[in-house]
This record gives sequence, C-alpha cells and structure tokens, in this order.
Amino acid sequence: MGAFLIRRFLIAIPSLLGISLILFIVLAMAPGDPFGELASNPNVPPEVRMALRAKFGLDDPILLRYVRWVMAMAQGDWGFSFASRVNVDDLILQRVPTTLLVIGSSQILALTIAIPVGILAAIRPYSIFDQIANTLAFVGFSLPTFFTGLLFILLFSIKLDWLPFVYQANVPGTGLTWVWGHIKQAIMPVCVLGFFQAASYTRYVRSAVLDVARLDYVTTARAKGLSEKVVTVRHVARNALIPVVTLVALQMPAVFGGAIVTEQIFRVPGIGSLLISAMLANDTPVIMAVTFVFACLVVLFNLIADLLYGWLDPRISFG
Amino acid sequence: MKEQDLRNLIEDVRDGRMSRRSFVRRMMAVGLTAPMAGMMLHHSGVAFAADVRTEYKPTKAGGGGPLKLLFWQAPTLINPHFATGTKDQEGSRIFYEPLAAWDNDGNLMPILAAEIPSKENGGLSADGTQVTWKLKQGVKWHDGKPFTADDVVFNFEYVTNPATAAITGGSYKDMKVEKVNDFAIKIIFAKPTPFWADAFVATVGMIIPKHLFKDFVGDKSRDAPTNLSPIGTGPYKFVEFKPGDLLRGERNPDYHMPNRPFFDTIEMKGGGDAVSAARAVLQTGEYDFGWNMQVEDEILKRLETGGKGRIDLVYGGNVEFIQLNATDPNTEVDGEKSSVKTKHPAFSDPAVRKALNLLIDRNSVQQFIYGRTGKPTANILNGPDQFVSKANKIEFDVAKAEKLLEDAGWKKGADGIRAKDGYKLKFVYQTSINAPRQKTQAIIKQAAQKVGIDMEIKSVSASVFFSSDVANPDTYPHFYADMQMFTFNMTQPDPAVFMLQYVSWEIATKENKWQGRNVIRWKNDEYDNLYKSSQNELDPVKRAAAFIKMNDLVVANYVLPLLHRAQSTAINSKLKAPQSGWDNNLWLLSDWFREA
Repeated sequence: MGAFLIRRFLIAIPSLLGISLILFIVLAMAPGDPFGELASNPNVPPEVRMALRAKFGLDDPILLRYVRWVMAMAQGDWGFSFASRVNVDDLILQRVPTTLLVIGSSQILALTIAIPVGILAAIRPYSIFDQIANTLAFVGFSLPTFFTGLLFILLFSIKLDWLPFVYQANVPGTGLTWVWGHIKQAIMPVCVLGFFQAASYTRYVRSAVLDVARLDYVTTARAKGLSEKVVTVRHVARNALIPVVTLVALQMPAVFGGAIVTEQIFRVPGIGSLLISAMLANDTPVIMAVTFVFACLVVLFNLIADLLYGWLDPRISFG
Repeated sequence: MKEQDLRNLIEDVRDGRMSRRSFVRRMMAVGLTAPMAGMMLHHSGVAFAADVRTEYKPTKAGGGGPLKLLFWQAPTLINPHFATGTKDQEGSRIFYEPLAAWDNDGNLMPILAAEIPSKENGGLSADGTQVTWKLKQGVKWHDGKPFTADDVVFNFEYVTNPATAAITGGSYKDMKVEKVNDFAIKIIFAKPTPFWADAFVATVGMIIPKHLFKDFVGDKSRDAPTNLSPIGTGPYKFVEFKPGDLLRGERNPDYHMPNRPFFDTIEMKGGGDAVSAARAVLQTGEYDFGWNMQVEDEILKRLETGGKGRIDLVYGGNVEFIQLNATDPNTEVDGEKSSVKTKHPAFSDPAVRKALNLLIDRNSVQQFIYGRTGKPTANILNGPDQFVSKANKIEFDVAKAEKLLEDAGWKKGADGIRAKDGYKLKFVYQTSINAPRQKTQAIIKQAAQKVGIDMEIKSVSASVFFSSDVANPDTYPHFYADMQMFTFNMTQPDPAVFMLQYVSWEIATKENKWQGRNVIRWKNDEYDNLYKSSQNELDPVKRAAAFIKMNDLVVANYVLPLLHRAQSTAINSKLKAPQSGWDNNLWLLSDWFREA
C-alpha cells in the first residue's frame, strides 16, 4: 500500500510538469497581452507599457519564464495576477468556498435524486416509473446548462420575480435572513447543475443495480426468505454503489470545469469565473495556477478512485 | 468656424445673450469637446457654472439604504494609478477623489480644490507656465489624517517615478510641482501650456494618501497594502474587495461636502455580460446602475418598456472611424509591410479616398445598427463644441463616387473590378470581432461592390486587434491591411492627446516596435506645424481654430469618420446619477441620490 502510494506520487510529478510546460507554452504563444487595453488608451505613453512588460518579465524567452515559474511554484510562490497585482493563491482561496458550496450542494442534490430514482427504476425495469425516469434523464443531460440556466432566469427571476439571478458571495444581514439570502440565490445555480448531474447519475445507478440484481447471491438472499426491502437495500444497493462512488470521484474535476458556464450565467464568483476572466485579460499567472489546480485535482481524484476500489472490493490489491 | 465668430460667441455668453450650454453645444457641433469649450469661456473670463451640484436634494447625509452597481467587467485593482481599464478607474473613484472633475458641459468642478484656478483669482499666470491650486481645508482621509498639499506633491512624485510604471504618468510629464503652503500647490510647466487642467484632474487626477504610500514607491509599488484596501477622501469608506467580483463600501460620516453622501452602503458587483446586466437594472430592478451598456439599441428599448430603469446616454469624444493606409501593406521593405518607404498604390490617389468616403452610408449604419447610441459624423473631433468643424458634410452618393473613379482613370476590367496601371481596387478591410462592426463592414462592402471596388472583410479577435503585441501582425498598430475600423476613446476634453494620432513623429514602425500612435503612417507638414503651434498657443480661440483645421486636414485625407458614439449606462428610474461624457461614470458619486 505504502509503496503503491509512493509510486503513484512519483508518476504524478512528471505528468504534472509535462502538463504545466504544455500549458505555459500554449499560453505564451497565444496572441494578446495583459496590457492590451492600455494600448488603445491615448493617455498612456508607450514607455509605460514597455516598462510594465519589462517589469513583469513578459519580454523574456518563454523557457526562461517557464523555469522561473516552476522554481517559484516549487517554493510555494504562485506568483501574482498581472491584472489585479494580487497574489494568485489569495485570489484562488477567495473563490474556493463559493465553488465548494455551490458545487458541493449540487452534487448532494444530484445524488439524492439519482440514487433512489435509479434504484427504483432498476428494480422494476420497463415499468411506467422506469420509463418516465428514463425520459427525464435523457432530456436532462441533453439540455446544456447555459440553456436551462437562461430558462430558469426567465421563469423565476423575470416572470415570477421570486429569485435573484445575480449571486453574491456576501449576503447582507445576519442570522436567518442571512441564511435565507444564501439559499435563495443558490437555488437556481445549484438546481441547474444538480439536475444536469442527476440525469447522468440516474442512468448509471440504474444500470449498476440491474447488473447486480441478476447475480446469484441476490437470488440466494431472496430464497432465504428476506423481505424485498432488505434485499434491495442491504444486498443490491450496497454493491451496486461501488462503481457509482468511483464515478462520482472521477467526475469531480470535470464538475469544476463544467461549472464555468453556470458560474458565468449567475455571476457566481467561483474558480470557473476566475479562469474565464483571467483568460479574457490574458492574465497568464492566474490561468496557469487555476489550470494547474485542475490538473492536480484530476490526478488526485484518480488516485482516490483507485484506493476506493481496493477498499470496497478486497479482491483488488495494490501489489 | 472663424476666429472672429468665436470671439463674438464668447462675448454673447459673457453678456448673457447666449447660455453657456448653447455655446458648448455650438462648439461641439464644430468638433470641440465640451470641457474644451468650457475652458475657452473660462480663459476669456467667463466663470464656470456649477449647476449640477444644485440639483442635489437630500437635506441630510445617509438614510438612503444600499446603492447597488453592476459592472459586467469588475474592477481587478483599486489603485487609480495602476488602472488597466475604466472598470478599475471607476472602482478607485468610489474612494479616491481628484482636485477637480469635468461635468458633461465641459465645466471644471472643484472636488478637493477650494476653487478652480483662473487669471482673476491669481491661479493662472499670464504667461501660461504656472498654475496654483488652492486646496480645500478640513478634508480628512478615511483614517482621520488631514489631507494637505504634501499629499498632492507626493502623488506627482509617485506617478513620475519610472519604476512605479503608473499608467497616469503621461499626464504629469514636462512639469514640476511645488508646495506653496499646507493648502496650496504650484504646477510649473516647461512651456506655456493651454491645457493645464490635466494633472490632478478627473480620471488621472485621483489623489492617494502620502502617509500610506510613501514607503511603496517605484519597485515596491506592488507591495502596498493600501493597493487593495484603499483609504481615500471620497464619499464612501472601504469595506471589502474581491478582485473581479465584488467591491463594497460604507458611508463616510466625515465627508467634506454637506448632506452627502445619501446612500448608507455601496456595492459594485462584477461578472457576466452586458445584456444580463441591462436586464438586472432595466427589467428586474435588482440593481440600481449598469455600466457600459454595449448592447444593441433594439434590446435596450425592449428592456426599458417595464419602466424600472432608463438608458442614459452621454456624448463625449468617442468616435468610430475607418482608417486608410497611407503605405502599401502588400510590399515588404526590410522585413516590414506597410513601411513608410512605400506609398499606397490606390489611396495615394485622392479620387479613390473621396470615392470611398462617398460610399459610406453613415445614416443607415446609425439607423439600423447603432440606434440611439451613435450619431453619424463627418468629423474626427466631435467635442467639446469649440473644436468641432462645421466645414464637413455627410454625403452618401454611389453615382458620384463612380464618376470620380471613372474620371480619375480607374476603369472596370472583365471581372467588374476597377483597375489602373495594373493595380486593382481590391482592399482588405479589417476590424475587431463585434456584431455591430461586422454589420457595418457588410454595408460598406456592398456599396463598394456597386462601383467596382472589391473588399475582403477581415475580423480579428478584439484581444488581439487592440493589443500591443509586437510579434502579432494582426494588431491595429501594425495595420497590415488597406483599411481598418475601430473606436478611439477621447478620454480628455482637450484634443491634444487625441490628435497625436496623426502627427508624423508618432508614426508606428518596426523601429519603434509599433508603439507610435500614428498607425496610418500619414505625414503632413501642415498638420505637424498646426499641432506644434497648438501646444503652446495660450489663446483658446486661436488654439481651437488650429484643432478645427487639423480635423479638416485629417478627414480630407486618410480618415473616414463614421459615428460619434455615446457612452450608455442603465440607471434605475428613481436614481439621480449625473453622468459626464468627459469623466468617469462615478465622477460625482457624492451627489447621487434616490428620489422618494
């Protein structure tokens, strides 16, 4: 186990380095520069723009800039944003709670819908309930979040005027009004993301349960005279959830990425919207840091998934 | 407009036969900016009017609840001297103030100054080389320390230090700033300077406190903690800042203007896009103010119907225009296209330039694309009034254009494209990607086709087109095309900086890494001389006449103006928020209030 972990970490280092090198080169070769806006402002003398470029090292060769970035990163220095001149780690840490709150709630929502619906649909395949659930699931993951997001806004904010469509990290007030304010503004983004995820999870849970339900030990359990409820919950669901847990773990980085769109629509100040605005401003240090965090998440969750396999199914060993 | 006419107009204002405002309008119609017009009156001894402030009604400070501003591009930093765009300047303006600001009629209004310098009050020297600003007394920084002349002098030292790389530095060149006493400073210019009201005024003039920034000058400027938690003299005190997302402030109880500010808290939220920002102000009323509504007028009109908010349009000097390349983009000289050593084979013929000008249907572009947010114009200088030329007319006449080309010897070939001496009228016409711009390109291409001119339309991503990237040939300073279209923002009421675009010493070349302002690479001695003389001409009337002449020279040659563009904002119906085309949106935030 220990040797396995060490081996995995050693493999992760060169792959992360490779990812960061490719990212850096692509960004450096991409057109545009962080001080573009200054170029069309007639009051800013060219000397100032050149001085800024020199000051932030933009005129140095790409490889030299990359080496500088890696060295700083290795020492825990994430650099600072060209646009806001704030340290990148501060910038990211400011956004993390919101992202976790919105994404976390949407995942919980997705699972609370998907697991019971998926199991119910699977124990009575091709029943009316199964067909309705299937149809909804297909509709759910065919509709992109930017579309459902706009629909929600048009319906709940503009037509009905129930919910605000601009998300705020800080809600004024204290106590219950504060809690209610947070819930109210989170309803739409969480639902949009949650329903989208729930749709694909439902399909997954259903097929996993169907697979397990046909196995011999389930028949044995039934033959022992156990009630249908106990068979489903104790024997079927528990085993069917092994692949689902892995799926959720592996989906996490993708969910961070997928939330970019939702964050833009509702102005949720999460990591996704930070990445978008940094890209628009050609703010290389921020783009590097955020994408690097995503890369680390992918590696980390892959590792967690592998470990979960072993823990859930003892037949898998880490030899 | 002749010099004598201008003098008569000024006399009319002095004697009360004409209102200030109509004078300013007249001047804007001939190409001057409003502040320029105001300065002209001011120079001639007609005092500035201060009518905007009198519209403020609340009789006590506070009690107005929260003020919510929505900026689809959020501020990313709040040091006015580092601002990389208007969003950052607006964020800074909540907390920091300049000595004076520009209202929409081009009047200079004192903010941290006790009065506006004039010859009468001894603020301006007769030879135009010295300005004395008297500062308002009893103003306190948000941390309770007094605001004094030392702070103003420090700002000058801060921005002129090259290592600070302050983007406001350009406004503080060629001058010295001295402390006269605790509440007066003196600016000494190297040469007579007619536009003295640049340093310490408006957007570039926001004053930061010496006691908090003095240890963070030059190389250390990024480390100042106050870069992120500003302490200014403004109507609101800093509470919280999340770059790119949220900026919050609360009422400054010690504000130096009576009964102000009205609102208890202020919030500037960012992110999203302009359309949904317009919706949050105009349709749902969730926000009080929406910044920079770059949305097609049709959509804005539809959102306005609910009556929750209105679109406020102010016209500064922003102008959308087409530039013709004076050099040849298809010939390479010493590894450089569009080299000054070449001449454009078609545009060097004035008939072609005139014909193109006749082929632009400005009225249709305005009517079908820009709506209320633009006015057709034949001038490059569209304000303030005193600088606006009346000599140029808008004309759209395909037949006349055809005749011009025919008479100049450009004959149609078998392919329907006109040519002369083997050179075909085939042009590459580039602009940035932006729906109204691509529609405009299509309208002009269509008209050109009718007379046998072929245009290849090219659209470049805005982040590339407007960048200063030396290595990318698609930026507008490289101008490796025959024609290009964009908007130049006139950020000051004085045209001096704006008109630098066409002087020969600003020509952008490979040698200066395309950092020059003159990207059409047009060289005209008459223009150069007019510009030089305007720099030291103290008589505002003569100076204005010079700028009008420069405008006429430019538009008769390589620049085809299209539209005078408005800055549009969405404002809640009950909110009173005076706007100015010559300053930031939040230039008079202290006087914003909500009507009961």
